[in-house]
Amino acid sequence: MGVDKNIKILLVDDFATMRKVIKNLLKQSGYNNIVEAEDGVDALKVLKAEKVDFVISDWNMPNMTGLELLKAVRADSDLSGLPFLMVTAEGLKENVVVAVKAGVNNYIVKPFTAEVLNEKIKKIIEKL
Amino acid sequence: MDVRFINPFLEGTISVLKTMAFVDPKPGKPYLKNDSLARGDVSGIIGFTGTLSGSMALSFSENAILKIVSNMLGEEIREINSDIEDAVGEITNIISGAARKKLESFGLTILAAIPTVVSGKDHSIKHVLGGKSIVIPFETEDGPFVVDVCMSEIKQA
Repeated sequence: MGVDKNIKILLVDDFATMRKVIKNLLKQSGYNNIVEAEDGVDALKVLKAEKVDFVISDWNMPNMTGLELLKAVRADSDLSGLPFLMVTAEGLKENVVVAVKAGVNNYIVKPFTAEVLNEKIKKIIEKL
Repeated sequence: MDVRFINPFLEGTISVLKTMAFVDPKPGKPYLKNDSLARGDVSGIIGFTGTLSGSMALSFSENAILKIVSNMLGEEIREINSDIEDAVGEITNIISGAARKKLESFGLTILAAIPTVVSGKDHSIKHVLGGKSIVIPFETEDGPFVVDVCMSEIKQA
């Protein structure tokens, strides 16, 4: 069964340009229902205000990192089951272990193509 | 500086720009640089600490970076603006991440700082360590850019 391309994706990154880049990649794969946040604090506000189906978050951000956001999401009974894809500029093993322990569904190392991003989203959703 | 530390930056640069910007940069012959003048119109610089410390700078000609960022965003950008500067910071961060991952295979541990971006004709780049840096020149269909690396291995006592 194919993945519903109408899912609402929350895209979290402090770099506005990187949000545009990832948004562009998501649109290439048919995902058009995208909301944005510029850090973890902003993301939590969005998650409290509207129903989101999937989170794609950068790791390194000021105010609240992607890892801190992930932990906050998993600790919130209303949000704990939310699929969470972590984006990182480095595939360091220690970081991956930390993210997995914190409950990340998968991670993706920059740079990546639209196909790889789509594949990661599909795998996460199919496992739910 | 040990030249084996250069290849990860060269390979990382090619791979990142091919994947993110659909640009196929052709590397030229690396050379030593002993001044702080940037070889481009906009530069991103990032510092490293750990068992390998120093810094890496990417300096793009205007035409090269306009094409790279336009391809990344899927929209044409005609002048160096905040989108370009933002993207140069992110490209610098991603290339350093790709290079650091390869350097890990030499048993090195490297932590990166947050990149800074400088633009303007004849701007300068100050490497953390000072002294000579190794410059890898690249050509793209739209113009040149360079990777400028100055690093030193910290020997454990």
